[in-house]
Amino acid sequence: MFERLPELVNDNALLRHRGRHLTTAFLAQASERTWLVEVHKGEIADVRTGPFVMPRWTFALRAEQDAWDAFWEPVPRPRCHDLMAMIKFRTLRAEGDLYPFMSNLLWFKSVLATPRTLHPSTASNEESPA
Amino acid sequence: MTATFEPITGRYVRLSIDGRDHRVYVEEAGEGPPLLCLHTAGADSRQYRAILNDPEITSHHRVVTFDMPWHGKSSPPAGWHAEGDYTLSTDTYIATVLAVMEALDLDKPIVVGCSIGGRIVLHLARKYPEMMRAVVGLQSGPHVDPYYDLDWLHRPDVHGGLVCAGIVSGLIGPDAPDEHRWETLWHYMQGGPGIFKGDLHFYKGEGDIRQHLAEIDTSRCPVYLLSGEYDYSATPDDTRSVAAAVRGSSIEIMDGLGHFPMSEDPDAFLAYFRPVLESIRNGS
Repeated sequence: MFERLPELVNDNALLRHRGRHLTTAFLAQASERTWLVEVHKGEIADVRTGPFVMPRWTFALRAEQDAWDAFWEPVPRPRCHDLMAMIKFRTLRAEGDLYPFMSNLLWFKSVLATPRTLHPSTASNEESPA
Repeated sequence: MTATFEPITGRYVRLSIDGRDHRVYVEEAGEGPPLLCLHTAGADSRQYRAILNDPEITSHHRVVTFDMPWHGKSSPPAGWHAEGDYTLSTDTYIATVLAVMEALDLDKPIVVGCSIGGRIVLHLARKYPEMMRAVVGLQSGPHVDPYYDLDWLHRPDVHGGLVCAGIVSGLIGPDAPDEHRWETLWHYMQGGPGIFKGDLHFYKGEGDIRQHLAEIDTSRCPVYLLSGEYDYSATPDDTRSVAAAVRGSSIEIMDGLGHFPMSEDPDAFLAYFRPVLESIRNGS
């Protein structure tokens, strides 16, 4: 799903604006699969699919695939519905230098929740935070 | 649009808390037995706007709410600039509530509090049961272990308003109307530097009441608990643990709601809250 982020984010002027001070690279992991996501001034500049040899990233977000699937449900269940909830209940691990993540937390919550809009029953609702 | 006035009046009260002069902002509406409302950590009394505007409640109660010192329109005490970071303690929180009750002549109010307010009402019920008609704990938990590094909330290289709103945004239920979701988050965006973190000193540490819950006597001060199912800070299980320890307490889990029920989805919350008030009025 992370490979869909460019199409989900880059056409959204509000998300691009709100992330305009953010340039970083992070690793996303779903079970054994990994992606390197590069963000440049609030746009998803590149998403590469692993496995990688000597990847460079500033922070990583690691969860099992079923945890991401639950997070991306149109109306997720309690405890699965928010990145901080997943961190609290140990289904998501945030590692590395978390400064870009924490200083742009609302942006990351909105961006990583965008796959919910791909569900057939979900109307576009970019403003709803994760 | 025709201008209309809400039936809420606001004013400032000068009072002493822990021997220091404070200027505290108070709002109220309605007449009748007093209902005192306590806001969450890092926010202010605007969270209770729907209760203050609800004629079904204000026709029965004098509803009062206030911004805690350092919050909303209540200033820090003079001299704060030369002191260390703000931290809330159980004793200061209790002293604040009692000072407001005395200043506004609130005789045996029903006290409703959310989150840190839902915690302090348990302390109040334990220590001062005769001073209240009943307490209603919203999102009451006995203790919360930190699940993130609180230092992120107060550092000069991270926007405090944005990170505080980011931390709490997921605590709001998924069906909350956008208008009220973002009003609630706006309150967090407006908090003073380090104030949310200072409140959490009480919420996630010093204000732990686990060892004393069984001392609460509901025959002297009835305890009602309402908790939103999407709250992962004070979870429904946390509130159930309070109910299990406080004999005679009443608990209801509110479907679809989160950590700020009165503010994030007022209509849904009022459907749960009005019957609780009616039960208290009827003495049941």
